[in-house]
Amino acid sequence: MIAVEKVAIIGVGQSEFGELWDKGFREIVLKAGIEAIEDAGLEGKEIEAMYIGNMSGGRYLAQEHISALIADYSGLAELGTPSTRIEGADASGGLALRQAYLAVASGIHDIVIAAGAEKVTDVASEMTTDIMASSADREWEGFVGATIPALFALMAKLHFERYGTTSEDLAMVSVKNHKNGVLNPKAQFRREIRVEDVLNSPLVAEPLHLLDCAPLSDGASAVILANEKIAREYTDNPVFIRACTQASDYLAVQNRRDITTMESVRKASSLAYRMAKISPEDVDVVEIHDSFTIAEIMAYEDLGFVEKGKGAELIREGITELTGPLPVNPSGGLKACGHAIGATGIRQAVEITLQLRGMAGKRQVDCETGLSLNIGGTGATAVVTVYGVR
Amino acid sequence: MMLPRFWRKIKYRYDIVGTVCETCGSKYYPPRNFCPICRRKSKMKEVNFGDKGEVVSYTVVHDTPEEYRMMKPYIVALIKLDGGPTITSQVVCDESEIHIGMRVKKAFRKYFEDGEDGIIYYGTKFVPES
Repeated sequence: MIAVEKVAIIGVGQSEFGELWDKGFREIVLKAGIEAIEDAGLEGKEIEAMYIGNMSGGRYLAQEHISALIADYSGLAELGTPSTRIEGADASGGLALRQAYLAVASGIHDIVIAAGAEKVTDVASEMTTDIMASSADREWEGFVGATIPALFALMAKLHFERYGTTSEDLAMVSVKNHKNGVLNPKAQFRREIRVEDVLNSPLVAEPLHLLDCAPLSDGASAVILANEKIAREYTDNPVFIRACTQASDYLAVQNRRDITTMESVRKASSLAYRMAKISPEDVDVVEIHDSFTIAEIMAYEDLGFVEKGKGAELIREGITELTGPLPVNPSGGLKACGHAIGATGIRQAVEITLQLRGMAGKRQVDCETGLSLNIGGTGATAVVTVYGVR
Repeated sequence: MMLPRFWRKIKYRYDIVGTVCETCGSKYYPPRNFCPICRRKSKMKEVNFGDKGEVVSYTVVHDTPEEYRMMKPYIVALIKLDGGPTITSQVVCDESEIHIGMRVKKAFRKYFEDGEDGIIYYGTKFVPES
């Protein structure tokens, strides 16, 4: 797999993430899109195609045809610009990024926009839980009451039993991400928490507590991708996408070979390392899909940063702290930033871009190579992206 | 879940009926039309995987979907059936009793109902073997 064109991110934008009661879906998407266009120094009409990650406009907003809606309100329908909505549960954003990447890498398009958006607070929270449950197998998991947190709890429980990971280890992931979130002006939760706060928060599905779970949030994000030649015309600090890979696993957790391993993450990341011609040790900064704290621990292992079963050591030893040798989730991650479902994969790309440009403000880390991992549901879809300053 | 969608799978829910691939011997629950290992060479046959197994992992669910509100908290487990495949199911026992490696057997139980006048959804749950 060789890209015909080198692909660069030349503009990034993000709305606030959170409970945005006073803002509608159209407004938050526009905010992120306009910010990205301004950041790239474009007029807007140069954009040749649009890809939008959105998990469930149909159930959150009773609105399908999200692609047309956004083309319309962004003014691109006037020009007839093609617009496509992409769905892969909470990996929708990552998938949109990958489709945009493929369009530019193949030479078909010179400049495109990838966005992600979700508006979740227009429905009641029980409804939100039910909608999220549809990212697992409705007939054979959802039916027996296996919610998404319950399925991650099954993974956590076996990880505890087999490898000695503890609730305190999981809590430390949440504590770290909250600490980073304080430094991110766009994060939903900008306050520190303590391990005891996590352990004393209500149980959602044992051993996962409320503060082990990322919130479900409103939000949108956007990035502009261009080939190298165009990127150089618009910016002096393009961030290159050196690989953007995707892999699948069985939808239902019960059908997977080992529930403490996300095969999709292993497959997507090993391919990404090969394509980018790097190894895990070359990565300087990471955004991981911490929809649940156990997912971040398992991802440390499945991304190859540490061997299987030893994920908790990275958090215990402070390796993945902002000041550690491998900062993970400098943005605050899904836990503190907020998890705006379809927007998350793009928001991760925004964060890594800011980090590699050296424009991440107080949460800036020293980095030249970044990686993001976006997963859908319980890991049936994974998208891994490798970014570099060259 | 809509009625027809539930009804057409009753056979597989009330008894643990799945499929086995006669080419490679792989066993699947829920049933599949196609073996992911043998692909075009797959030869699927329905089989009952019996009623006993062992808990691989479990969780006690406190934050429940709307239809399970009256039941909370309840136990969800992955159970490796003696017959081969792994199933996601509820286990009916005391919270202090459940553990990884626990032996369980199948029981026919109610899952939930569609309001006061709606149909009752039944299915397989598990109880301690002894």
